[in-house]
Amino acid sequence: MDAVTIARWQFAIVTVYHFFFVPVTLGLSIFVAILQTIYYKTGDEKYKKMTKFWGKLFLINFAIGVATGIVQEFQFGMNWSEYSRFMGDIFGAPLAIEALLAFFMESTFLGLWIFGWDRLSKKIHLATIWLVAIGSNLSAFWILVANSFMQQPVGYTINNGRAEMTDFFAIITNGHVLVQFPHVFFAAITTAAFFVLGISAWHLLKKSKDIELYQKSFKIAAIYGLVGVILVVLEGHAQAQYMTKVQPMKMAAAEALWNSENPAAMSLFTIGDEKNREDVFAIKVPGLLSFLAHNSFTGEVKGINDLQREYEKKYGPGDYVPPVAISYWTFRAMVGAGILMFLLVLYSIYKVRKNDFNFSPFMLKILFWSIFLPFIANSTGWIFTEMARQPWIVFGLMQTKDAVSNTVPAGNVLFSLIVYTLLYAVLMVATIFLWKKYAKAGMDGNVEINENVETIISKA
Amino acid sequence: MDLNTLWFIIIAVLFIGFFFLEGFDYGVGILLPIIGKDDTSRRKIINAIGPHWDGNEVWLLTAGGATFAAFPNWYATMFSGFYLALVLMLLALIVRGVAFEYRSKHSTSKWRNTWDWMIFIGSFVPALLWGVAIANLIRGVPIDKNMNYTGNFFTLLNPYGLVGGLASLTMFMLHGAIFLSLKSTGNVLEGARTWAKKMWPVATVLLFAFVIYSYFETDMFTKLGVDPGVTPILAAIAILSVGSLLKAKKDGWAFVMTGLTIALSTITVFIGLFPRVMVSSLNPDWSLTIYNASSSPYTLTVMSWVALIFVPFVLAYQGWSYWVFKKRISDKTDLEY
Ligand code: HDD
Ligand code: HEM
Ligand code: HEM
Repeated sequence: MDAVTIARWQFAIVTVYHFFFVPVTLGLSIFVAILQTIYYKTGDEKYKKMTKFWGKLFLINFAIGVATGIVQEFQFGMNWSEYSRFMGDIFGAPLAIEALLAFFMESTFLGLWIFGWDRLSKKIHLATIWLVAIGSNLSAFWILVANSFMQQPVGYTINNGRAEMTDFFAIITNGHVLVQFPHVFFAAITTAAFFVLGISAWHLLKKSKDIELYQKSFKIAAIYGLVGVILVVLEGHAQAQYMTKVQPMKMAAAEALWNSENPAAMSLFTIGDEKNREDVFAIKVPGLLSFLAHNSFTGEVKGINDLQREYEKKYGPGDYVPPVAISYWTFRAMVGAGILMFLLVLYSIYKVRKNDFNFSPFMLKILFWSIFLPFIANSTGWIFTEMARQPWIVFGLMQTKDAVSNTVPAGNVLFSLIVYTLLYAVLMVATIFLWKKYAKAGMDGNVEINENVETIISKA
Repeated sequence: MDLNTLWFIIIAVLFIGFFFLEGFDYGVGILLPIIGKDDTSRRKIINAIGPHWDGNEVWLLTAGGATFAAFPNWYATMFSGFYLALVLMLLALIVRGVAFEYRSKHSTSKWRNTWDWMIFIGSFVPALLWGVAIANLIRGVPIDKNMNYTGNFFTLLNPYGLVGGLASLTMFMLHGAIFLSLKSTGNVLEGARTWAKKMWPVATVLLFAFVIYSYFETDMFTKLGVDPGVTPILAAIAILSVGSLLKAKKDGWAFVMTGLTIALSTITVFIGLFPRVMVSSLNPDWSLTIYNASSSPYTLTVMSWVALIFVPFVLAYQGWSYWVFKKRISDKTDLEY
């Protein structure tokens, strides 16, 4: 393996790992803030219990989200130094702003929230969790501004052999981020909703103590999830249309559409031959792809072969086709997970609309295991977004193979790849262990955490 | 003053803030297993920095982001050049961050001890490596004419770098011990005071050794003539005063003085570097400077406005959070695990 391949594996692993936890932070911070707001408004101690319970699970997540984020901040310089030189003028700004505006805010106010329960007035304490939620989501916005530039460069000029910023406002109002941010935001809401639904479902199944609190959580999460999943799907559609305009090759890869079609059929299931660029077996719905791309059953959608010819003319000889099978299947995994979640949420809402919590044990188990669905959608969504952009690291401006650090020996990168992966694996075990422990222990919070555990529990 | 200079100063300020704040919480992390003999006292020690350490670490993240934004070539050369050292540092910071949150969430002594050691290692490694990094920055590292670092990991581990590392390590331990004295009572307070007194002579000697070594190894002071300039002298006075302040139990003043020592030493380093950001040991003309490493004037202008508007807010709310938790942690404190 060469240095580029290893560096890409490393980036993919640490970033996807980081993004397991990020959406939970984004969505759950708001969820906890909502619960605490209800507690503040009603003074009902039940909501305090719920705030603390979901808050604890949130904190376990936050810690690892932060720890894995640190690598992110430095790895562009470490592994992608040529990228950093070429892009620093533009890319550094949102990253620095993210730290200054968002990271300071979330970390400082989270400290105040955790340790401030009896040191701050109720109102101020409530404000701190909202500031954490706002800070986290702001951070997502800024990093997506950076990412969107890589998908669709705007507001720049090429000067002194690098990309230089000419219009900051254009960069932060990039059409791409305007569709990407809402999609990620609602994906995060959905993720948190399924997290809460799943754990509540488990307690409903076990008929745990305080069952009423899980029912309440379940109901709020179902509403939260309904909003999230509907909007993530609608936004996804908007994003796909936008993508057809600015990165047609990505759309073609997502659909394994070898040749341009008008009207274009949407593939439900394709086994393709990537080398010869043709279908081996495919089930297609005529006209549907045109409809998705243009809101009309006619209209051209460009195919891979035509785009390849077009790009060769524009950018010179080379292979401009991303890995088609991966693009195709990751896209389907995300959309499939989205549709499943939509159905699950509809069913849950329908059941609990009149406070009927008599789910069959089978359904509760399904709901529990659906915790994984948003994680699958999030990861495949990113893998799709990033891989179907290849060979470009910055679309049309720089290729991934030219972006890697040229002074770091492949052996060093391999070393870091291995140690990060091992460490992350161990941390994942610890995180899941704690999640299980606290999720099971339930609202009572009777897992006492100082050394007198045994005595306290035996007294209880 | 041009924008390049302004950004050089802003990054210096971010590093001062970082070394001052994270300096004491590295110190506290290192002293955790040493002073904290039982679980309750360890929890108290962690609580002294519990609400703050993450906010303190963001000073580093912001410094990193600001370097990327204002001096991309510096960011690219330094981080790719110091690759393995940084990997070590990142591993340390990862386990440290997780450990603070996870150690109390399970009660077996094996679990706790493991995470407490992670806090120790996670604080020890960066406290040492920062000194090594700074020493190498001012001494110069092999950088070729294309701004590429041509050395390897062991290039950094020269004796001079190691003295720098030990100086930062012991300085942070001293700073941390004094911070802990300000925030604790009982056993922990006693331990912290004892360790502050032990660390003071060690840190002082190492700091002086580092300065003298720097006379021979770098152009820091020769550049300024025989006169070392005012900042290192003030730093020396500050660190020397700490001993008697500790004896008089004036912990608050002692803390101010270690803080000043850290700030003034950092300023000295940045003055010595100016206008370079990375010194090439191969050819002075190949050094990275605030001009050949910088972003475009447009980006620097945008970033200046952003910094001007938002830094005051950050300072205000971080200051407020220290105010909220100003009380000493005693047996009566609810130890929010
Ligand atoms: C700010 C920029 C940025 C942001 C926010 C993200 N990425 Fe990305 N991604 C890149 C910048 C980038 C990159 C620097 O452009 C990479 C590195 C190598 C490459 O091919 O593109 C990349 C590659 C890359 C790859 C490997 C692709 C390949 O090797 O072919 C994956 C799987 C992801 N990313 C996934 C993610 C995930 C899960 C993210 C969510 C946190 C994410 N990216 C955010
Ligand atoms: C590849 C680019 C990325 C970089 C350089 C990066 C950097 C970081 C850093 C340094 C932290 C730690 C902050 C702290 O200590 O408080 C962090 C945490 C965080 N990041 Fe990322 N990140 C990246 C991708 C993303 C993306 C795409 C999102 C959201 C859509 C995101 C959202 C967050 C959030 C919400 C946190 C808070 C901690 C948590 O996850 O629980 N990051 N990130
Ligand atoms: C079912 C309908 C969905 C559609 C049509 C859809 C569409 C898309 C498209 C087109 C992209 C790529 C955008 C680009 O590269 O320019 C994308 C990315 C992504 N999707 Fe989806 N999506 C859907 C559901 C979901 C769900 C349910 C989740 C998670 C809960 C999700 C999470 C993501 C994430 C995290 C990304 C990467 C970030 C981004 O580029 O926005 N998606 N989606």
